[in-house]
Amino acid sequence: MAVENRRLGAAMFFPAIAFIVLLIGAPFALAVMYAFSDARIGSPGFHYVGFENFRSILQSPSFQAALRNSIVFTVCAQIIVIVCSTILSIALEKPFRGRKFVRFLILLPWVAPISLGAIGWKWILDSIYSVITWVLVWAHVFKPYSAPMWLGEPHLAMASVILVHCWRLIPFSTVIMLAGRTAIPKDIPEAAAIDGAGFWRTLFQINIPMMAPIISVAVLFGTIFTFTDMTVVYILTAGGPFDSTQVLPSLAFATGIQGSDLAAGAAISIFLVPVLVLIAYFMLRAAHRAEVA
Amino acid sequence: MAVVEARNLTKVFKQGELGAVNNVNLETREGEFLVLLGPSGSGKTTLLRMIAGLETPTSGEIRIGGDVVNHLTPRERGIAMVFQSYALYPHLSVYNNIAFPLKAQKVPKEQHKQKVEWAAGLLGIEKLLQRKPRELSGGERQRVALARAIVREPRVFLLDEPLSNLDAKLRASAREELDEFHDRIKTTTIYVTHDQVEAMALGDRVVVLHQGVVRQIGTPREVYDEPADTFVATFLGSPPMNLLEADDAIVGFRPERFLPAGLIAPWAPMGEIAKTLRPENLLPADLQSSGKRISLRFRVEHSEFLGAERILYGTLEGTRFRDKPVCARVSSSVLETYTPDTSYDFAVPEHELKFFDAKTGKRITPRPLSWQ
Repeated sequence: MAVENRRLGAAMFFPAIAFIVLLIGAPFALAVMYAFSDARIGSPGFHYVGFENFRSILQSPSFQAALRNSIVFTVCAQIIVIVCSTILSIALEKPFRGRKFVRFLILLPWVAPISLGAIGWKWILDSIYSVITWVLVWAHVFKPYSAPMWLGEPHLAMASVILVHCWRLIPFSTVIMLAGRTAIPKDIPEAAAIDGAGFWRTLFQINIPMMAPIISVAVLFGTIFTFTDMTVVYILTAGGPFDSTQVLPSLAFATGIQGSDLAAGAAISIFLVPVLVLIAYFMLRAAHRAEVA
Repeated sequence: MAVVEARNLTKVFKQGELGAVNNVNLETREGEFLVLLGPSGSGKTTLLRMIAGLETPTSGEIRIGGDVVNHLTPRERGIAMVFQSYALYPHLSVYNNIAFPLKAQKVPKEQHKQKVEWAAGLLGIEKLLQRKPRELSGGERQRVALARAIVREPRVFLLDEPLSNLDAKLRASAREELDEFHDRIKTTTIYVTHDQVEAMALGDRVVVLHQGVVRQIGTPREVYDEPADTFVATFLGSPPMNLLEADDAIVGFRPERFLPAGLIAPWAPMGEIAKTLRPENLLPADLQSSGKRISLRFRVEHSEFLGAERILYGTLEGTRFRDKPVCARVSSSVLETYTPDTSYDFAVPEHELKFFDAKTGKRITPRPLSWQ
């Protein structure tokens, strides 16, 4: 009986382990290996070079810019996402007519494949076909010849990329927050109302502190999603204009795959690992705290 | 301190359905401890929540201290409430929990410390001020909730089943403390419970609610001894009053007044009874001496031994009620054993019989009754 159970357990674990080893473990090991080598696409030579790749990427201005962009991108997107999803979760908490439909609409961006969503946004923000520009011209905010190039000007391009990312992450965050709010017993905000607290005091001194563990889970998940994602950047701007929206994952792709410098590309992507491990550590701790509370 | 009044207060949650609270009229007295008692779903909590301002009445008026407060928010009503779950703020220390109402009501900051310490002292929780609610026992949480309620010196105290989360032993001592606490602060208190023992022990008056309707308002003694209808008669008392339907009336008597005939024999020489009984079995004088008694043959079917008492279940043999189950509650040392399926001579004093209208269930004046 015990032996059989152990076999069954092993059999049930096997697919998950195989998945992790083959699809995550092997490429990761390969990336680590490349990062310490001089591997290039098309060249058979393969030598261990120590930390040479890291030294060189740290000195490269495009890496520094990409690191800066990654941080701006992630931090801005997270702030907007958390504020918006907190507001949405409060708005969606009390029942009203059509609440289920609104919840469904809000979830749509998360359900849609990210590449398709990004391609849709590429059209919405296109320099010629943009519906946003069209509406603004129609409303006489801009003249047709001086309309903004959403993806063509450095700051606008960054803002566009951040907003598309928010569009994608807000549903996810909202769902986490809604779950977190339902975990607050109904009588606690009621007790606050009786104690004389108004809406803002209840929100900032009761609801948000009580949601803190769940908010930190949402923030850390969102941070990892944003930090490691290159789809939105790659489809909308491919890092341009003038590398102004280049982030670490897209730079790694451009350098390693498109630029044939596998070793440098691997080093750029490996560079993220310690940062993300740290974030993941805090994420797990926050999640654990949320469970304990 | 203030008087709370409800005038024709009604709450209907879903249109077309029976209201949770229907046309309730009641008025507390100054500094009174008023208990709302009823089974679950009787509307007692909804009534309390309307007084608190957490629920908007469908119709009717609520007055606190003479002023209509229907349109006021909870904070403007000058009330304090203790929730069944205590609803302590889990992320705040006990000190900050108690200070929260002071902050929310913009009491000058320099008074906070002194007021929190006063409230904590009143409830004996000075040593817990730095703890978080999760580090407290059930009884301590309840005291923190009370301290948080009292700290702002409310006009009215609302308590929603505050003892139901405590274990039985703690509940008895907490009940006593609550009683003492009320004696000290003398603030008008409205207390919701489904536990008749709590209601009897704590209430100056008890409001018995059923299906959102007030069935009776009276002192614990009144609602127990003189129930206004069959619902009150059966809701109070354990086991509840025996009810027997006789033509157009229902006759009821309390199981503890239905006793072995020898115990309520007005003609038995007192000395003889005293010889056979221990002091705890001596019955109230009115049972022994005055009035007429009705003798009945009680066929005991089974009995439950509860320590000090014994509950006997059976039927009234030789009467027209012989199909109806009846029970008696006797001191367990009155008779050593009751053999199942044996008949005993029992009796009930005539003035202990309560009569109710068979249709409405309302109390009516005593009338002649034939047992055969």
